[in-house]
Amino acid sequence: MNPDQPSADAVSCSLEPDAIVTPNPWQRLGQFTDARIGLGRAGISLPTNRSLEFQLAHARAQDAVHLPLEIPRLIEDLNQLAALEHAPQIQRLHSRAVDRTSYLQRPDYGRRLDEDSRQQLSALDAQPADLAIVVVDGLSSLAVQNNAAPFIAALLEALAEDGPDAWSLAPISVVEQGRVAIGDEVGELLNARAVLVMVGERPGLSSPDSLGLYLTWQPRVGLSDASRNCISNVRPAGLDFAMAAQRLHYLLREARKLGLTGVGLKDRSGETALEGGTGIQNFLLS
Amino acid sequence: MSREYRYTLGSQVHRFANLAELMAKATPARSGDRLAGVIAETAEERVVAQLCLAELPLKTFLEDVLIPYEQDDITRLIIDEHDPVAFLPIAHLTVGDFRNWLLSDLATPAVLAQVRVGITPEMAAAVSKLMRNQDLILVAKKCEVVTAFRNTIGKSGHLSTRLQPNHPTDDVTGIAASILDGLLYGNGDAVIGINPATDNVAQSIKLMRLMDEVIQKYAIPTQSCVLTHVTNTLECIEQGAPVDLVFQSIGGTQATNESFGVELSVLAEAQQAALSLKRGTVGDNVMYFETGQGSALSADAHHGLDQQTCEARAYAVARKYSPLLVNTVVGFIGPEYLFNGKEIIRAGLEDHFCGKLLGLPMGCDICYTNHADADQNDMDTLLTLLGVAGCNFIMGIPGSDDIMLNYQTTSFHDALYARRVLGLGPAPEFAAWLEEMQIFTDVATQALPSEMPDRFANSLRQVTGGDA
Repeated sequence: MNPDQPSADAVSCSLEPDAIVTPNPWQRLGQFTDARIGLGRAGISLPTNRSLEFQLAHARAQDAVHLPLEIPRLIEDLNQLAALEHAPQIQRLHSRAVDRTSYLQRPDYGRRLDEDSRQQLSALDAQPADLAIVVVDGLSSLAVQNNAAPFIAALLEALAEDGPDAWSLAPISVVEQGRVAIGDEVGELLNARAVLVMVGERPGLSSPDSLGLYLTWQPRVGLSDASRNCISNVRPAGLDFAMAAQRLHYLLREARKLGLTGVGLKDRSGETALEGGTGIQNFLLS
Repeated sequence: MSREYRYTLGSQVHRFANLAELMAKATPARSGDRLAGVIAETAEERVVAQLCLAELPLKTFLEDVLIPYEQDDITRLIIDEHDPVAFLPIAHLTVGDFRNWLLSDLATPAVLAQVRVGITPEMAAAVSKLMRNQDLILVAKKCEVVTAFRNTIGKSGHLSTRLQPNHPTDDVTGIAASILDGLLYGNGDAVIGINPATDNVAQSIKLMRLMDEVIQKYAIPTQSCVLTHVTNTLECIEQGAPVDLVFQSIGGTQATNESFGVELSVLAEAQQAALSLKRGTVGDNVMYFETGQGSALSADAHHGLDQQTCEARAYAVARKYSPLLVNTVVGFIGPEYLFNGKEIIRAGLEDHFCGKLLGLPMGCDICYTNHADADQNDMDTLLTLLGVAGCNFIMGIPGSDDIMLNYQTTSFHDALYARRVLGLGPAPEFAAWLEEMQIFTDVATQALPSEMPDRFANSLRQVTGGDA
């Protein structure tokens, strides 16, 4: 039957509900990816259940953007890390964006510290350090709340491979209503040779908890994204903490060796780094 | 910079400090121009700016450049490449006359194709500011831009898709699953293009090989691309990787491109390197550019221009390197630049119009993020309008959900919807392949079989076991 030209017979004959939707025989491939494959079709369109699943995910992601970061809980989690036992006090900071509405409409506010935060960091009169770690809520507080502490633990473990004093750390900062570039100002005020910004990425439908890592050498206000290296999608179901820490460790070593980050620093942390996954390779070739 | 512009309405004289201010204030409202502080202060001031702009001779844009020639290599590109002979038929017109001319029956597709190298991005941007959405659609529809590599894209009556099988960890099986899903929904004729999880040369080569092997095994008349930085792609070529298309994000000011780590000379070098591989079979358009309103402001590189004018200037860069595809990624950048569905829809139509008028193979990533005030209904509207306007290609992704970049774009199903309601087909070579592979029982009516096509059934059995 041609679906475009229903015959009189087709109209009078009522199909079973199951027969109206055409499933995709390759639906089982869904076990290998979170992508919405094999959804089936009603005609050529999304079946009702798939359409409503999407709407639910979108509704949740929109809500997630507005969920605030629980700062005391995050600071407690960080303070419990063994590797930070003797670390200086965590700095709690705020951008110039006073609230989420201001944050969404004024990215320039999210890139700069408010006056109190500036003064707080200046007053530390920080000694030179190799690395400043800056935790920023960004667009997903969930990413930061759940993933910042375990990632920092993995990173410090990786850095320890270079020897106990190979990487001196500035005080860790936690910034509310911040964007990536705020790390430039924090790093500069903390007298750090490099800054790592860990920021909640914009929530996706299938990944509301994705952490982005941005490494910048010689941070100072006014740098552009061409000066940074980025590792994206750090979360348990994405790039896991150990792997992300290994990659960042590589970038840090290279940055120190070359004296730069950004376009001039290529991530050559290895072909094996991202093999992982299911163990099955490109089945389309079999 | 330039002189003051004035317009007298009734007894009141309105002043605009320079051409950039006049252009910005004549722009339909959007959040990015508000953020930049260049937006019209009142609704009336916006229309007065449009009235003033309408009286401006097109020649003005050749004399009163928005960013000084000495300071900006894109201004130099625009002025140096301008063709005064092609410009002659419209040289006597004002911006307002230009709109009338574009809408008139004098501006046939053949005439528009001749005039395009006489039009600068600023002229295109200026006239677009005086046009309603239907004007943008009607004129764009008359501007056919056809490009080719292993198939032919942009012919009238066709709508192609980029199959975008992104995966958050570049997992090969996950990517292959999305590629199969897309192909079996008739998507992927513009390009199979992966955004890698990170910019890493080794990883890019791995993904290039993956796609190349699939394209070769099934003899798919399409091309592949890994959307990594142009300098990475150059390294991949040096290492012998199978590069079909060279990707790069570009912007409309020199400083924007610097923020992307891009110089024009590197784009030229990459184009030559890709051409030297001679991998195209029916054409030699080897570049794939992405743009989007707001990128210049985001890099603080906008020189006080409105974001739509910056965007149009990016097309001067694209035009220089004969791209196969130019994709305006319209809703990706977020609500601080395009606040809601209405602004995204308008921007998508403007970009498509300006690009087509300048002779570019425009496609659109019809998309939104979860922090924007937009939803699937807005995307359906823009998709339908762009389909009517003759857009060359859109994205195709499983279920509209990009699980790597965390945003929503058009799905494989959406592409079939647009093709069916508007009577559009995929690229001709790809359409023939779809029928040959029994993916479609009839491409003309978008009729799909319910069974697994034979050629893919075996691969599916290998990976999932059991019958398929």
